[in-house]
Amino acid sequence: MDAISIENISKSYGDIPAVSDISLSIRPGELFGLIGPDGAGKTTLFKILVTLLLPDQGRATVAGYDVVKDYKALRQLVGYMPGRFSLYPDLSVQENLAFFATVFGTTIRENYPLIQEIYSQLEPFKDRRAGQLSGGMKQKLALCCALIHKPEVLFLDEPTTGVDAVSRKEFWDMLRKLNERGLTTLVSTPYMDEASRCDRVAFMQTGTVLAVDTPSAITNRFTKPLFAVRAADTYQLIHDLRLAPFTESCYAFGEFLHLAVKTAVVSDRQIGSYLLDHNHRNIEIHPIQPGIEDTFMALMTQPQPTA
Amino acid sequence: MNRFTAFVKKEFFHILRDRRTLLILFGLPLVQVLLFGFALTNEIKNAKIAILDNDKSPHSQQITNKLLASGYFQLRENLRSNDDIERAFRKGTIKLAVVFPAGLTENYEHGRSTQIQLLADATEQNTAISLTNYATAIIRDYTTDLNPTVQPPLTIDIRSRMVFNSELKGAFVFVPGVMAMVLLLVSALMTSVTIARERETGTLEVLMVSPLSQGQILLGKVVPYLLLSFLNGCIIIALGVFVLNVPLNGSLLLLLSETLLFIFLSLSIGIFISSIVDTQLVAMFASLMALLLPTIFLSGFMFPIESMPKPLQIVSNLIPAKYFINIVKGIMIKGAGLRYLWQPTLVLIGMSIVFMGLSLRNLKTRLS
Repeated sequence: MDAISIENISKSYGDIPAVSDISLSIRPGELFGLIGPDGAGKTTLFKILVTLLLPDQGRATVAGYDVVKDYKALRQLVGYMPGRFSLYPDLSVQENLAFFATVFGTTIRENYPLIQEIYSQLEPFKDRRAGQLSGGMKQKLALCCALIHKPEVLFLDEPTTGVDAVSRKEFWDMLRKLNERGLTTLVSTPYMDEASRCDRVAFMQTGTVLAVDTPSAITNRFTKPLFAVRAADTYQLIHDLRLAPFTESCYAFGEFLHLAVKTAVVSDRQIGSYLLDHNHRNIEIHPIQPGIEDTFMALMTQPQPTA
Repeated sequence: MNRFTAFVKKEFFHILRDRRTLLILFGLPLVQVLLFGFALTNEIKNAKIAILDNDKSPHSQQITNKLLASGYFQLRENLRSNDDIERAFRKGTIKLAVVFPAGLTENYEHGRSTQIQLLADATEQNTAISLTNYATAIIRDYTTDLNPTVQPPLTIDIRSRMVFNSELKGAFVFVPGVMAMVLLLVSALMTSVTIARERETGTLEVLMVSPLSQGQILLGKVVPYLLLSFLNGCIIIALGVFVLNVPLNGSLLLLLSETLLFIFLSLSIGIFISSIVDTQLVAMFASLMALLLPTIFLSGFMFPIESMPKPLQIVSNLIPAKYFINIVKGIMIKGAGLRYLWQPTLVLIGMSIVFMGLSLRNLKTRLS
């Protein structure tokens, strides 16, 4: 049985579709990522799964329970951390945790082993008000609060948004450790570099799923040769490369442009001479392996989703 | 500890740790009662007057003494001529001038009618009217005291008595008004804001995805404010009775029960507001505009309902505070029991049922 099964779920707000005809199945013990830009429908899908919203069409089950009919039973079983979740800033770390423990009918002591590793980092500050914690610490506390009742499935909606890079890495390390204990986790993020930390990911855009696979399989879908290109005038470079006859696509990735070419016969020398013809200086070209972001950019521009 | 008590405890933490909330909760009633009691009063005490005594007789002297002994007036200066009167009024040092004409005693003792002139500064018209009324009454008293047996023929003697509030104390009017205002403000505003806050911070979503039912969440919000508002009501009653000498002629038990009923109604309104707004700011604005202003202006607290235009009189029937003020006045000042107050009580109960019903109907197990 799937831990989460989503069948043809659709939901729109008025005339605006937020989620259109999504089907996914997430296996028990998976760390599954929903990757996509803001407005892709991730949060709406989350709210349907945690019984906060009713879908217009389709059905979904979590841990075998229907999200519409069995919402009462489900609310005992899921751990949910909403995107803008900020705890109670005027309650201390320990009071926040104790409150959520009691609300879910348990105690900190009962499920302490589950959160021990995360909470131990917070314990020196347990009497500090949650409002005075740093962003990373707040997220750790929020995670503890979502875990304290030992949920069967954990839903984390953009847990790392607005958190610094180090804390983000730590947070994903924690998720991985929890996952090793067998906790099914659905996590959404707008950061594509975080996709590689998941067992499987679903790429979402404008309410639809573009692709579902393991991060490496998704990367392997990118079959075109890829080059990193740099020159003195980046703006002119991207303009010229997009007009070049051999170009499949060209996007800026930091200081380099990622250039996908149409056929394998195109060499870096050929690109170089094209650029010299267009008066570019300080040219630097080398072939690279595609990353997950390249795949996502490619998927986004395809007229038909391949998933 | 069960989840409901944990919720109530958390709610108390919110209230007790927020200085602004505490200030509104306990500073507001204190300031309001004392402000209305001592500063914003339209009772007249120690008004400055001037005397122009052209008679200089025992009669004029005794009338002056009576005026000054009343407590309403304080002698600012003795004038020498009519010109002085105008000068004193222009300077604004006096509110009232009393002129005894020459020959007052002589006329009086020969049984001829005589006059005393009162001049009042009518730039404050209400004060002027009150002062001349007070002075007239005192002077009339003096003349009747002088010859109690002699009744002038064919005069209609008017004797008025101010029933329930013989000293015309303002506190009798505003203590019930302040009580209604503070309780409504604390109960409705605070609950609507606190629920809107949970919605804003996303904690409400987490609470909804928990075994807590929506009813428990609402009740958990209501209970702390019910207790604190009730405490507030008791403080206001105590201040009114012990500091401002408002009588408590009726049953204290009935008064407290009616107070609880009004708090419950206010809380229902607060929950209703929170069920239709999304942010703290809107909740606060809705509470202030929809509750506080009508309560001040249309409940009969500040302005008499009878002198409002007809449409506003009809609107005033929708203001819960109007009924509560009537009830409190009835119990405290008139000593009335439920036999006389069942009508407004029934209206308050009806309103509570309507608002609770509406809130419960808006109660959602899911987001909209």
